[in-house]
Amino acid sequence: MTAFVRNQWYVAAYSAEVGRELLGRTILGEPIVLFRAEADGAVVALSDRCVHRRFPLSESRRDGDRIVCGYHGFTYDTTGACVYVPGQQRIPRTARVGAYSVYEQDSLVWVWIGDAEPADPKTIPRAPHLADPAWTTVRGMEPIDADYLLLVDNLMDLSHETYLHGGYIGTPEVAETPISTEVDEGAGIVRVSRHMDDAECPPFYARSTGITGRISRWQDIEYQAPCLYLLHSRVAPVGAPPPGPDGSDSHAFHTEITYAITPSAEGRVYDFWAVSRDFAVDDEEVTTFLRDFNHKVVMQDVDALNLLQRALATEPEGYQELSINIDTGGLAARRILADLTVAKP
Amino acid sequence: MSGSSGGPASAEVYRIDWKPGDDTLYGVCHCGAEHRDTDPVRMWEWMLAHPRGHSTDRENDTGEHEHG
Repeated sequence: MTAFVRNQWYVAAYSAEVGRELLGRTILGEPIVLFRAEADGAVVALSDRCVHRRFPLSESRRDGDRIVCGYHGFTYDTTGACVYVPGQQRIPRTARVGAYSVYEQDSLVWVWIGDAEPADPKTIPRAPHLADPAWTTVRGMEPIDADYLLLVDNLMDLSHETYLHGGYIGTPEVAETPISTEVDEGAGIVRVSRHMDDAECPPFYARSTGITGRISRWQDIEYQAPCLYLLHSRVAPVGAPPPGPDGSDSHAFHTEITYAITPSAEGRVYDFWAVSRDFAVDDEEVTTFLRDFNHKVVMQDVDALNLLQRALATEPEGYQELSINIDTGGLAARRILADLTVAKP
Repeated sequence: MSGSSGGPASAEVYRIDWKPGDDTLYGVCHCGAEHRDTDPVRMWEWMLAHPRGHSTDRENDTGEHEHG
Protein backbone atom coordinates (compact mmCIF):
# COMPACT_ATOMS: atom_id res chain seq x y z
CA MET A 1 0.00 0.00 0.00
CA THR A 2 1.22 3.51 -0.81
CA ALA A 3 1.72 5.73 2.24
CA PHE A 4 -0.67 8.67 2.60
CA VAL A 5 0.63 12.21 2.23
CA ARG A 6 -0.56 14.14 5.26
CA ASN A 7 -0.45 17.87 5.93
CA GLN A 8 -2.11 18.61 2.63
CA TRP A 9 -5.43 19.92 1.35
CA TYR A 10 -7.75 17.32 -0.18
CA VAL A 11 -11.05 17.60 -1.99
CA ALA A 12 -13.73 16.19 0.29
CA ALA A 13 -16.74 17.00 -1.89
CA TYR A 14 -18.14 19.22 -4.57
CA SER A 15 -19.69 22.37 -3.11
CA ALA A 16 -23.08 21.34 -4.47
CA GLU A 17 -22.93 18.06 -2.56
CA VAL A 18 -22.76 19.77 0.82
CA GLY A 19 -26.07 21.11 2.08
CA ARG A 20 -28.26 20.68 5.09
CA GLU A 21 -28.02 16.89 4.97
CA LEU A 22 -25.13 15.27 6.80
CA LEU A 23 -22.54 13.86 4.40
CA GLY A 24 -19.98 11.27 5.48
CA ARG A 25 -16.61 10.92 3.73
CA THR A 26 -13.45 9.13 4.81
CA ILE A 27 -10.21 10.85 3.85
CA LEU A 28 -6.78 9.35 4.53
CA GLY A 29 -8.55 6.95 6.86
CA GLU A 30 -10.22 9.74 8.86
CA PRO A 31 -14.03 9.62 8.92
CA ILE A 32 -15.45 13.13 8.46
CA VAL A 33 -19.01 14.48 8.56
CA LEU A 34 -19.80 17.55 6.47
CA PHE A 35 -22.75 19.93 6.35
CA ARG A 36 -23.49 23.54 5.53
CA ALA A 37 -24.29 25.78 8.50
CA GLU A 38 -27.57 27.66 8.46
CA ALA A 39 -26.04 30.66 10.15
CA ASP A 40 -23.50 31.66 7.50
CA GLY A 41 -23.60 28.97 4.81
CA ALA A 42 -20.06 27.87 5.66
CA VAL A 43 -19.14 24.21 5.31
CA VAL A 44 -18.52 22.49 8.63
CA ALA A 45 -16.29 19.40 8.76
CA LEU A 46 -16.08 17.42 11.99
CA SER A 47 -14.75 14.05 12.99
CA ASP A 48 -17.49 11.56 12.15
CA ARG A 49 -17.35 9.59 15.39
CA CYS A 50 -19.19 10.48 18.59
CA VAL A 51 -16.75 10.61 21.52
CA HIS A 52 -19.11 8.45 23.57
CA ARG A 53 -19.32 5.15 21.71
CA ARG A 54 -17.94 6.12 18.29
CA PHE A 55 -21.31 6.15 16.55
CA PRO A 56 -21.09 7.80 13.10
CA LEU A 57 -22.42 11.35 13.33
CA SER A 58 -23.10 11.32 9.58
CA GLU A 59 -25.79 8.71 10.34
CA SER A 60 -27.32 10.95 12.98
CA ARG A 61 -29.44 14.12 12.68
CA ARG A 62 -29.03 17.87 12.68
CA ASP A 63 -30.77 20.26 15.06
CA GLY A 64 -30.12 23.69 13.58
CA ASP A 65 -26.34 23.94 13.34
CA ARG A 66 -25.83 21.16 15.87
CA ILE A 67 -25.43 17.44 15.30
CA VAL A 68 -27.32 15.17 17.66
CA CYS A 69 -25.76 11.71 17.84
CA GLY A 70 -28.27 9.15 16.67
CA TYR A 71 -27.32 6.68 19.39
CA HIS A 72 -27.46 8.50 22.79
CA GLY A 73 -27.98 12.16 21.90
CA PHE A 74 -24.55 13.68 22.52
CA THR A 75 -24.86 17.04 20.78
CA TYR A 76 -22.06 18.98 19.05
CA ASP A 77 -21.80 22.55 17.79
CA THR A 78 -20.00 23.64 14.62
CA THR A 79 -16.64 23.80 16.43
CA GLY A 80 -16.95 20.17 17.53
CA ALA A 81 -17.60 21.08 21.18
CA CYS A 82 -20.15 18.91 22.93
CA VAL A 83 -22.96 21.10 24.26
CA TYR A 84 -25.29 18.43 25.62
CA VAL A 85 -24.99 14.96 27.09
CA PRO A 86 -28.03 12.94 28.16
CA GLY A 87 -29.24 12.81 31.73
CA GLN A 88 -26.62 14.94 33.46
CA GLN A 89 -25.59 18.57 33.83
CA ARG A 90 -21.83 18.11 33.70
CA ILE A 91 -20.34 17.81 30.24
CA PRO A 92 -17.00 16.00 30.43
CA ARG A 93 -14.03 18.17 29.47
CA THR A 94 -12.96 15.70 26.80
CA ALA A 95 -16.38 15.67 25.15
CA ARG A 96 -15.35 17.17 21.84
CA VAL A 97 -14.84 15.94 18.30
CA GLY A 98 -12.13 17.25 16.02
CA ALA A 99 -12.93 20.09 13.62
CA TYR A 100 -11.22 20.33 10.26
CA SER A 101 -10.04 23.43 8.40
CA VAL A 102 -12.26 23.83 5.35
CA TYR A 103 -11.94 26.07 2.31
CA GLU A 104 -14.33 26.31 -0.63
CA GLN A 105 -12.82 27.32 -3.93
CA ASP A 106 -13.59 26.63 -7.59
CA SER A 107 -16.75 24.73 -6.56
CA LEU A 108 -14.68 22.28 -4.54
CA VAL A 109 -14.68 21.73 -0.78
CA TRP A 110 -11.09 21.34 0.37
CA VAL A 111 -10.28 19.89 3.78
CA TRP A 112 -6.89 20.04 5.48
CA ILE A 113 -5.71 16.62 6.62
CA GLY A 114 -2.77 16.75 8.96
CA ASP A 115 -1.27 18.03 12.11
CA ALA A 116 0.76 21.02 11.08
CA GLU A 117 -0.99 24.35 11.38
CA PRO A 118 -1.82 26.79 10.13
CA ALA A 119 -3.51 25.28 7.11
CA ASP A 120 -2.89 27.99 4.54
CA PRO A 121 -5.63 28.14 1.86
CA LYS A 122 -3.28 30.05 -0.43
CA THR A 123 -1.47 26.77 -1.06
CA ILE A 124 -4.59 25.11 -2.51
CA PRO A 125 -4.13 24.46 -6.25
CA ARG A 126 -6.62 26.17 -8.53
CA ALA A 127 -9.13 24.88 -11.06
CA PRO A 128 -10.94 28.14 -11.89
CA HIS A 129 -12.74 26.77 -14.97
CA LEU A 130 -14.95 24.65 -12.67
CA ALA A 131 -16.76 27.76 -11.44
CA ASP A 132 -16.28 30.03 -14.47
CA PRO A 133 -19.55 30.88 -16.27
CA ALA A 134 -17.66 30.94 -19.57
CA TRP A 135 -17.23 27.18 -19.21
CA THR A 136 -19.82 24.43 -18.88
CA THR A 137 -18.91 21.53 -16.63
CA VAL A 138 -20.21 18.00 -16.14
CA ARG A 139 -18.94 16.11 -13.16
CA GLY A 140 -19.23 13.11 -10.91
CA MET A 141 -17.45 11.07 -8.27
CA GLU A 142 -16.71 7.38 -8.21
CA PRO A 143 -15.06 5.51 -5.33
CA ILE A 144 -12.51 2.96 -6.51
CA ASP A 145 -11.34 -0.01 -4.48
CA ALA A 146 -7.72 0.56 -5.34
CA ASP A 147 -4.61 2.19 -3.95
CA TYR A 148 -4.71 5.87 -4.91
CA LEU A 149 -1.36 5.50 -6.68
CA LEU A 150 -3.02 3.25 -9.26
CA LEU A 151 -5.30 6.15 -10.19
CA VAL A 152 -2.34 8.54 -10.36
CA ASP A 153 -0.52 6.06 -12.61
CA ASN A 154 -3.59 5.71 -14.80
CA LEU A 155 -3.99 9.45 -15.30
CA MET A 156 -0.31 10.23 -15.84
CA ASP A 157 -0.02 7.84 -18.78
CA LEU A 158 -2.77 8.54 -21.29
CA SER A 159 -1.47 5.96 -23.77
CA HIS A 160 -3.94 3.63 -22.04
CA GLU A 161 -6.72 5.57 -23.78
CA THR A 162 -5.91 3.70 -26.99
CA TYR A 163 -6.54 0.31 -25.41
CA LEU A 164 -8.89 0.79 -22.46
CA HIS A 165 -10.96 3.58 -23.99
CA GLY A 166 -10.79 2.72 -27.70
CA GLY A 167 -13.96 3.88 -29.45
CA TYR A 168 -14.54 6.51 -26.75
CA ILE A 169 -11.57 8.84 -26.26
CA GLY A 170 -8.73 6.66 -27.49
CA THR A 171 -7.33 6.48 -30.99
CA PRO A 172 -4.12 4.81 -32.24
CA GLU A 173 -2.23 8.10 -32.26
CA VAL A 174 -2.40 8.57 -28.49
CA ALA A 175 -0.27 5.51 -27.74
CA GLU A 176 1.99 6.16 -30.74
CA THR A 177 2.87 9.77 -29.97
CA PRO A 178 5.91 10.50 -27.77
CA ILE A 179 5.59 12.67 -24.70
CA SER A 180 7.54 15.40 -22.98
CA THR A 181 7.76 15.33 -19.21
CA GLU A 182 8.66 18.20 -16.96
CA VAL A 183 9.00 18.17 -13.20
CA ASP A 184 8.97 21.45 -11.35
CA GLU A 185 10.54 20.27 -8.15
CA GLY A 186 10.04 23.47 -6.19
CA ALA A 187 6.37 23.82 -7.11
CA GLY A 188 5.68 20.07 -6.79
CA ILE A 189 4.14 19.85 -10.26
CA VAL A 190 4.55 17.17 -12.94
CA ARG A 191 3.66 18.14 -16.50
CA VAL A 192 3.27 15.63 -19.32
CA SER A 193 2.62 16.85 -22.81
CA ARG A 194 1.53 14.95 -25.89
CA HIS A 195 0.82 16.89 -29.08
CA MET A 196 -0.68 14.96 -31.99
CA ASP A 197 -0.58 16.91 -35.25
CA ASP A 198 -2.77 14.66 -37.34
CA ALA A 199 -4.99 12.26 -35.46
CA GLU A 200 -8.28 10.47 -35.79
CA CYS A 201 -11.07 12.33 -34.00
CA PRO A 202 -12.53 10.07 -31.29
CA PRO A 203 -16.32 10.02 -30.76
CA PHE A 204 -15.95 12.05 -27.55
CA TYR A 205 -14.78 15.05 -29.56
CA ALA A 206 -16.47 14.32 -32.89
CA ARG A 207 -19.93 14.34 -31.35
CA SER A 208 -19.34 17.27 -29.01
CA THR A 209 -17.53 19.58 -31.43
CA GLY A 210 -19.03 18.50 -34.76
CA ILE A 211 -15.59 18.01 -36.31
CA THR A 212 -15.83 15.33 -38.99
CA GLY A 213 -12.23 15.09 -40.23
CA ARG A 214 -8.86 14.55 -38.66
CA ILE A 215 -7.66 16.71 -35.84
CA SER A 216 -4.73 18.30 -34.16
CA ARG A 217 -5.02 17.07 -30.56
CA TRP A 218 -2.99 18.38 -27.66
CA GLN A 219 -2.97 16.83 -24.22
CA ASP A 220 -1.17 18.83 -21.55
CA ILE A 221 -1.27 17.24 -18.12
CA GLU A 222 -0.54 19.22 -15.00
CA TYR A 223 -0.45 17.16 -11.80
CA GLN A 224 -0.22 19.17 -8.63
CA ALA A 225 0.56 16.46 -6.12
CA PRO A 226 -1.05 14.99 -4.24
CA CYS A 227 -4.66 15.81 -5.05
CA LEU A 228 -5.30 17.87 -8.18
CA TYR A 229 -4.84 16.70 -11.77
CA LEU A 230 -5.66 18.86 -14.75
CA LEU A 231 -5.65 17.77 -18.38
CA HIS A 232 -5.71 20.76 -20.70
CA SER A 233 -7.10 19.40 -23.95
CA ARG A 234 -7.01 21.32 -27.24
CA VAL A 235 -8.68 19.96 -30.35
CA ALA A 236 -8.78 21.65 -33.75
CA PRO A 237 -9.26 20.56 -37.35
CA VAL A 238 -5.95 19.72 -39.01
CA GLY A 239 -4.60 22.87 -40.63
CA ALA A 240 -6.29 25.30 -38.23
CA PRO A 241 -4.00 28.11 -37.04
CA PRO A 242 -2.14 27.52 -33.79
CA PRO A 243 -2.75 29.72 -30.74
CA GLY A 244 -1.70 33.34 -31.21
CA PRO A 245 1.14 34.94 -29.29
CA ASP A 246 -1.42 36.66 -27.05
CA GLY A 247 -2.96 33.29 -26.13
CA SER A 248 -6.01 33.70 -28.37
CA ASP A 249 -7.08 30.42 -29.92
CA SER A 250 -10.47 30.88 -31.50
CA HIS A 251 -10.05 28.06 -34.04
CA ALA A 252 -9.77 25.36 -31.40
CA PHE A 253 -12.06 23.60 -28.96
CA HIS A 254 -10.80 23.54 -25.39
CA THR A 255 -11.69 21.03 -22.73
CA GLU A 256 -10.39 21.04 -19.19
CA ILE A 257 -10.51 17.59 -17.65
CA THR A 258 -10.14 17.81 -13.89
CA TYR A 259 -9.56 15.04 -11.40
CA ALA A 260 -9.31 15.32 -7.66
CA ILE A 261 -7.58 12.22 -6.36
CA THR A 262 -8.52 11.86 -2.70
CA PRO A 263 -7.27 8.76 -0.90
CA SER A 264 -10.10 7.50 1.27
CA ALA A 265 -8.68 4.53 3.13
CA GLU A 266 -6.14 1.83 2.52
CA GLY A 267 -6.94 0.45 -0.93
CA ARG A 268 -9.73 2.94 -1.62
CA VAL A 269 -9.74 6.27 -3.42
CA TYR A 270 -12.35 8.88 -4.35
CA ASP A 271 -12.19 9.71 -8.06
CA PHE A 272 -13.71 13.18 -8.48
CA TRP A 273 -13.95 13.83 -12.23
CA ALA A 274 -15.08 16.84 -14.21
CA VAL A 275 -15.14 17.81 -17.87
CA SER A 276 -15.36 21.54 -18.64
CA ARG A 277 -15.70 22.97 -22.16
CA ASP A 278 -15.54 26.42 -23.69
CA PHE A 279 -17.69 25.52 -26.72
CA ALA A 280 -21.40 24.83 -27.12
CA VAL A 281 -21.71 25.96 -23.52
CA ASP A 282 -25.50 26.33 -23.69
CA ASP A 283 -26.14 23.18 -25.71
CA GLU A 284 -27.96 20.77 -23.41
CA GLU A 285 -27.57 17.91 -25.85
CA VAL A 286 -23.80 18.26 -25.77
CA THR A 287 -23.90 18.50 -21.98
CA THR A 288 -25.94 15.32 -21.69
CA PHE A 289 -23.75 13.53 -24.20
CA LEU A 290 -20.50 14.49 -22.46
CA ARG A 291 -21.86 13.59 -19.02
CA ASP A 292 -23.03 10.14 -20.10
CA PHE A 293 -20.08 9.44 -22.36
CA ASN A 294 -17.45 10.53 -19.87
CA HIS A 295 -19.15 8.57 -17.11
CA LYS A 296 -18.73 5.46 -19.27
CA VAL A 297 -15.04 6.30 -19.73
CA VAL A 298 -14.57 6.82 -15.98
CA MET A 299 -16.29 3.51 -15.26
CA GLN A 300 -13.93 1.76 -17.69
CA ASP A 301 -11.08 3.05 -15.51
CA VAL A 302 -12.91 2.15 -12.30
CA ASP A 303 -13.48 -1.42 -13.47
CA ALA A 304 -9.89 -1.76 -14.66
CA LEU A 305 -8.38 -0.40 -11.44
CA ASN A 306 -10.65 -2.54 -9.25
CA LEU A 307 -9.49 -5.54 -11.26
CA LEU A 308 -5.84 -4.50 -11.15
CA GLN A 309 -5.94 -4.00 -7.37
CA ARG A 310 -7.41 -7.48 -6.89
CA ALA A 311 -4.71 -8.93 -9.11
CA LEU A 312 -1.94 -7.08 -7.27
CA ALA A 313 -3.26 -8.37 -3.96
CA THR A 314 -2.32 -11.88 -5.05
CA GLU A 315 1.21 -10.91 -6.06
CA PRO A 316 4.11 -11.73 -3.74
CA GLU A 317 5.62 -8.75 -1.94
CA GLY A 318 8.26 -6.96 -3.98
CA TYR A 319 6.84 -7.97 -7.33
CA GLN A 320 8.60 -6.66 -10.39
CA GLU A 321 7.27 -4.08 -12.81
CA LEU A 322 8.64 -2.97 -16.14
CA SER A 323 8.62 0.70 -17.03
CA ILE A 324 9.05 2.09 -20.55
CA ASN A 325 9.05 5.55 -22.09
CA ILE A 326 5.30 6.06 -21.65
CA ASP A 327 5.82 5.77 -17.89
CA THR A 328 8.20 8.72 -17.57
CA GLY A 329 5.50 11.01 -16.13
CA GLY A 330 4.03 8.36 -13.87
CA LEU A 331 7.44 7.62 -12.41
CA ALA A 332 7.92 11.32 -11.72
CA ALA A 333 4.58 11.50 -9.92
CA ARG A 334 5.42 8.47 -7.79
CA ARG A 335 8.70 10.00 -6.77
CA ILE A 336 7.14 13.34 -5.82
CA LEU A 337 4.51 11.55 -3.73
CA ALA A 338 7.24 9.51 -2.02
CA ASP A 339 9.14 12.71 -1.24
CA LEU A 340 6.03 14.38 0.17
CA THR A 341 5.41 11.37 2.38
CA VAL A 342 8.88 11.67 3.85
CA ALA A 343 8.85 15.46 4.09
CA LYS A 344 5.49 15.69 5.81
CA PRO A 345 4.86 12.46 7.73
CA MET B 1 4.71 23.09 -22.71
CA SER B 2 1.43 24.95 -22.80
CA GLY B 3 -1.63 25.26 -20.68
CA SER B 4 0.04 25.89 -17.36
CA SER B 5 -2.27 27.08 -14.62
CA GLY B 6 -0.33 25.95 -11.61
CA GLY B 7 1.67 28.04 -9.22
CA PRO B 8 4.68 30.04 -10.22
CA ALA B 9 7.48 27.99 -11.71
CA SER B 10 10.45 27.35 -9.49
CA ALA B 11 14.06 27.32 -10.61
CA GLU B 12 14.35 23.57 -10.19
CA VAL B 13 12.84 22.13 -13.35
CA TYR B 14 13.77 18.77 -14.85
CA ARG B 15 12.74 17.95 -18.38
CA ILE B 16 12.68 14.71 -20.35
CA ASP B 17 11.80 14.67 -24.04
CA TRP B 18 10.98 11.67 -26.11
CA LYS B 19 11.05 12.56 -29.76
CA PRO B 20 9.05 11.06 -32.61
CA GLY B 21 10.68 8.14 -34.38
CA ASP B 22 13.23 7.56 -31.64
CA ASP B 23 13.12 5.41 -28.50
CA THR B 24 15.74 7.51 -26.74
CA LEU B 25 14.86 9.84 -23.89
CA TYR B 26 16.62 13.22 -23.75
CA GLY B 27 16.94 14.64 -20.28
CA VAL B 28 17.90 18.14 -19.19
CA CYS B 29 18.60 18.78 -15.52
CA HIS B 30 17.82 22.15 -13.93
CA CYS B 31 21.58 22.75 -13.86
CA GLY B 32 21.71 22.47 -17.64
CA ALA B 33 23.37 19.04 -17.78
CA GLU B 34 22.04 16.82 -20.52
CA HIS B 35 21.72 13.08 -20.69
CA ARG B 36 20.36 10.37 -22.97
CA ASP B 37 18.91 7.09 -21.90
CA THR B 38 16.57 4.39 -23.12
CA ASP B 39 15.14 3.57 -19.70
CA PRO B 40 13.00 6.09 -17.78
CA VAL B 41 13.95 4.58 -14.42
CA ARG B 42 17.66 5.04 -15.14
CA MET B 43 16.95 8.50 -16.51
CA TRP B 44 15.28 9.62 -13.28
CA GLU B 45 18.10 8.08 -11.26
CA TRP B 46 20.55 10.19 -13.23
CA MET B 47 18.40 13.33 -12.89
CA LEU B 48 17.95 13.03 -9.18
CA ALA B 49 21.60 12.24 -8.53
CA HIS B 50 22.31 15.90 -9.26
CA PRO B 51 24.98 17.14 -8.99
CA ARG B 52 26.66 13.73 -9.12
CA GLY B 53 27.43 12.82 -12.69
CA HIS B 54 26.16 16.16 -13.96
CA SER B 55 28.05 18.57 -16.07
CA THR B 56 26.84 21.19 -18.50
CA ASP B 57 28.97 19.44 -21.11
CA ARG B 58 26.64 17.45 -23.30
CA GLU B 59 26.65 13.72 -22.62
CA ASN B 60 26.12 11.39 -25.52
CA ASP B 61 26.03 8.09 -23.75
CA THR B 62 23.09 5.82 -23.08
CA GLY B 63 23.05 5.85 -19.36
CA GLU B 64 25.97 3.81 -18.18
CA HIS B 65 28.50 6.60 -18.20
CA GLU B 66 28.98 8.96 -15.32
CA HIS B 67 31.58 11.59 -14.69
CA GLY B 68 32.15 14.42 -12.29
